[in-house]
Amino acid sequence: MADLLTTPLDALSRALGGRMVDFAGYALPVQFAPGVLKEHLHTRAAASLFDVSHMGQAILRGRAVAERLEALVPTDIVGLAEGRQRYGLFTSEAGGILDDLMVANRGEDHFVVVNAARKAHDFALLSRAFGADFTPVTDRALIALQGPMAEAALGALVPVAAGLRFMEVTIADWRGATLWISRSGYSGEDGYEISVPAARAEDFARALLANPAVLPAGLGARDSLRLEAGLCLYGHDIDETTTPAEAALGWAIQRVRRTGGPRAGGFPGAARILPELDAGPARLRVGLAPDGRAPVREGATLFAAAEGGQAVGHVTSGGFAPSLDAPVAMGYVPAALAAPGTPVWAEVRGRRLPCTVRPLPFRPSTYKR
Amino acid sequence: MKYTEEHEWLRLEGDIVVVGITEHAASQLGDVVFVELPEAETMVARGDEVVVIESVKAASDILAPLDGEIVEVNEALVKTPALVNEDPTGAGWFFKIRIEDAGALDEYMDEDEYNEFIG
Repeated sequence: MADLLTTPLDALSRALGGRMVDFAGYALPVQFAPGVLKEHLHTRAAASLFDVSHMGQAILRGRAVAERLEALVPTDIVGLAEGRQRYGLFTSEAGGILDDLMVANRGEDHFVVVNAARKAHDFALLSRAFGADFTPVTDRALIALQGPMAEAALGALVPVAAGLRFMEVTIADWRGATLWISRSGYSGEDGYEISVPAARAEDFARALLANPAVLPAGLGARDSLRLEAGLCLYGHDIDETTTPAEAALGWAIQRVRRTGGPRAGGFPGAARILPELDAGPARLRVGLAPDGRAPVREGATLFAAAEGGQAVGHVTSGGFAPSLDAPVAMGYVPAALAAPGTPVWAEVRGRRLPCTVRPLPFRPSTYKR
Repeated sequence: MKYTEEHEWLRLEGDIVVVGITEHAASQLGDVVFVELPEAETMVARGDEVVVIESVKAASDILAPLDGEIVEVNEALVKTPALVNEDPTGAGWFFKIRIEDAGALDEYMDEDEYNEFIG
């Protein structure tokens, strides 16, 4: 792990007993002593602190930022009100997904957060489009505080945070450190993502962890939480070969950018993406519940029958859902097999295990809207 | 108790060897959520994949450490896979195998050697 990048919370994660692994070139804790299962359940019951500083943070400013960003994403950025954040997608000319991201309108600028594994790609894209109006943020950590007690924990340090609603953002002071706070996350829980100056990140994380309701959690729990919440992991559930309609991410393309809307198209791949949203895709990302107890994992081939027939799709994420005490998975199936209740079979260790198509999320999200 | 490089422990009881995984292995695997056991009364050869363990993180196999007949499996694990984490060297055992020759255990590590192996 000698060549790995480290985050501003590296020393803290190690001091807290984090088991460090290589994730997208960064040393990050996959779990702490309690383990993935307990960290997952604690997040849903109380609150967990995740180091997500590996993600790419950047600022876009200058003239007509929203219009220029809309040339790269099918998201309604022009209509994104000041103080609000929105989930978006970078799309390719072929209609695939280059990455998913969060965009916040902070009035004087727009703040974006992208995946670590796509940071170099996305920053190159933004740099070409925005030139000097694009500034990567390299001196800040990013902390996710997720769970029903996140509001009380952060609110005790930064009272203004308690008043935010889901996908609202604000800038606030904590003992001289300027925090960029959004009420969001990727666990299906209420919570926050907080960008904090690197030099103050450990102090701030320790202040949150001083609250007995808040425990550190690792990438393992982050993954099982987002899977239960039906959220996509880039490079697994979505990539350049999947379109927004196929990925069931049509909700992230607002009406104004769609066929017949006042700003229809104007983003890469619109010629494929918009007709496909109108007509419906040939294949679709769905939730899958294995009928038995055996987890069905990424890569498992899907079939329409218990025996015979061709493969109809594959699993893109799968594992055990601690909050449901059952295995769950997501994968792509032909549209004809995408209705909830449809039986499909996943091949695991040479056997076809029966599964049932389920609506996503597997567990209702508890965002504070 | 003897130990394999696959992090199994082997406990000889007469001509029966009880097999489980070590505390070290259980901790590395993380929370076990599914265990698939072999049928009792099956003959196995050393190196056969006889048990599948799924943790929250990943699937792994347990290999038969010896030639012999599986005479009993721990059905409790099917309902309560967490026993593997809670009591890996006790209630979390996997199967019992009848062997012809107790000398077959000799080549495996004793506790000191195993602790050095994982050290």
